[in-house]
Amino acid sequence: MPDKIKFTIDGKECLAEPGQTIYEAARANGVYIPVLCHYEGLKPVGSCRICSVRVNGRWMASCTQPVTEGMVIENAVPEVEEFRKAIIEMLLVEGNHFCPTCEKSGNCELQALAYRYQIMVPQFPYLFPKREIEAFPGFLLEHNRCIQCQRCVRAIQTRDGQKIFTMKNRSKDVRVNVDRKLAAKMSEDQIQKAMDICPVGAILKKEVGFRLPIGKRKYDHRPIGSEIEEKK
Amino acid sequence: MARKITIEPVTRVEGHGKVTIHLDDNGRVVESRFHVVEFRGFERFVQGRPYWEIPVLVQRLCGICPVSHHLAGAKAMDIIVGVSPEKLPPTAEKIRRLMHYGQMLQSHALHFFHLASPDLLFGFDADPAVRNIIGVAKFHKEIAIRGVILRKFGQEIIKATAGKKIHGTGAIPGGVNKSLTPEERDYFLKSPDPYNIDKMIEWAQEAIDIFKKIHKENKDLLDNFANFPSNHLSLVRKDGALDFYHGVLRAVDAEGRKILNDVDYQDYLEYIGEEVRPWSYMKFPYLKKLGKEKGWYRVGPIARLNTCDYIPSPRAQKEFEEYKAYTDGKPNNMTLHSHWARLIELLHAAEVIKELLHDKDIIGDKLVRKGKKRKEGVGLIEAPRGTLFHHYRINDDDQVVMANLIVSTTNNNEAFNQAVNWVAQKFISEKPEITEGMLNRVEVAIRAYDPCLSCATHALGQMPLEVDLYDSKGNLLDRKRK
Ligand code: SF4
Repeated sequence: MPDKIKFTIDGKECLAEPGQTIYEAARANGVYIPVLCHYEGLKPVGSCRICSVRVNGRWMASCTQPVTEGMVIENAVPEVEEFRKAIIEMLLVEGNHFCPTCEKSGNCELQALAYRYQIMVPQFPYLFPKREIEAFPGFLLEHNRCIQCQRCVRAIQTRDGQKIFTMKNRSKDVRVNVDRKLAAKMSEDQIQKAMDICPVGAILKKEVGFRLPIGKRKYDHRPIGSEIEEKK
Repeated sequence: MARKITIEPVTRVEGHGKVTIHLDDNGRVVESRFHVVEFRGFERFVQGRPYWEIPVLVQRLCGICPVSHHLAGAKAMDIIVGVSPEKLPPTAEKIRRLMHYGQMLQSHALHFFHLASPDLLFGFDADPAVRNIIGVAKFHKEIAIRGVILRKFGQEIIKATAGKKIHGTGAIPGGVNKSLTPEERDYFLKSPDPYNIDKMIEWAQEAIDIFKKIHKENKDLLDNFANFPSNHLSLVRKDGALDFYHGVLRAVDAEGRKILNDVDYQDYLEYIGEEVRPWSYMKFPYLKKLGKEKGWYRVGPIARLNTCDYIPSPRAQKEFEEYKAYTDGKPNNMTLHSHWARLIELLHAAEVIKELLHDKDIIGDKLVRKGKKRKEGVGLIEAPRGTLFHHYRINDDDQVVMANLIVSTTNNNEAFNQAVNWVAQKFISEKPEITEGMLNRVEVAIRAYDPCLSCATHALGQMPLEVDLYDSKGNLLDRKRK
């Protein structure tokens, strides 16, 4: 068995398996690093940058960066946390997020992060973009809430490996694009999976909204990340 | 020179309103208008939203009685998912009922104990510095405390059924998302005094006694103040009983003759028209059968007790009999008797809550039902302030394409003008001086209907205050803004 890798996060001595990313290794050591575009089991893309940490003084995306021997990682330090908070705020002002009437509220990772980072009012001006809701046979795509994390793009495919969700346009105009023909053939389970994997309320399976009562939702009682921190 | 007296904002009503009294060259009242100049536009911005979002979205119209909008929206969505309100699973129907009667309890308690009691306890001409809730807390501490606890009890019921005291998510198309646990139920039944339903019933009963005592001492005022004939409209249960949650639409005239005889509210457009008048954002609904002129009606506690045949709970029924006997069984048209009617309803709500808490269905687990999807649905409910209409149409993609809401305060729109005009004629005409007492009487008349103005115009935020002064030819003489 290859030797474990020694590294530190915020001064805490940790051990990692060879090949683990910083994010994975941190989790295994009971240290929470927030992620949005990353999802367990999917190939990391490092696009949202919310998992950024400082390694030996340099900024890196922890979901893509493998751990190496002797890394000195800064995670829950003010400068890194401020950076993450700014990303959450930018995501919130960049779309149209009205949590009080959103069915993902209480189960939404973006909202849960906003709570964890105690965001009352974003420091950036709201952009109030004009976006649409697109309808497909079994679900709606609420572009107002999409954060372009590409989880659905990576996770949802047809049996023969065709992508149902892709990305179109570039830069600030980048949007999720759905293949209508393939979407029409999606099974109930597949739609449910797409909805569950979406960190926000952008993919909405039809007719099931608000089935979960307040009090039973994922983040009703505990902040996001606390399940990892408790493992310590 | 003709003068126009403007009173604003009308205090101690939810939201903001403005009253103008138009005087002629001799200082006589020619017309009185109750203005609502806020604008909300909910009907517009629910368009495009998925239908299952409606109950949660539309309740944001109001922070005072969101449950009414939540449930009216949910009832319309029941129709859309193909489940008529009678066909909901019993647990769902009873949980919604519990939520609604909890709201009736809290809203009526708020109105009587905190908004109306200052006028009733201290008199309309009392010093405004005392005639407010602080004054009540100081000089009638017990009454103020009861108000707070009754209200809290109602809100806890809402929380247990909707998940939150304000803006919960309990009702979903075709049912509810939770029932009560036995522990939640027992909290309301068995908590030590005063936090149990038996105490609430006792206090509701005693509130009626307080009113009756005040009535005895001020008969002339309470009976004659803004007493004017009108039609009355509400839902009633199919057998004619008082019902806040569901039923058929009934309207009676000032003499008690039926104008609408227990019709299905899905067809409300056949019976109700809405007139737009240029000076108000709030529409004026009327009974089509009688036309715009004569078809206006009142809704709310007075109207409900005028339309229903009986109250299906023993204590409230006993009070109802006394109340009805006072007008020889005829409709009661006395504006200030709305306080009496509201308190009888408060008692009824408390009794029904107790009955529901003892019903095993409220801890059941069959919560939702689904039928054949429809494109259009109407949901009606008796909100604390009166009949509330929600009407929606959806497209093939499950998105709302049309919404029409007629809220309680809108239904009472003409009644406000009538009440204000009555007061103006009596107290302001030909008197050169305008006292605080006079002006407050105008407010008292409006407050009797417990208007919720921001909700009635679906408006956000506070309106800017504006005072206009016109002469008899309609020339603007002065305008003041705040
Ligand atoms: S997606 Fe999340 S952040 Fe956006 S409105 Fe819904 S709950 Fe709020």
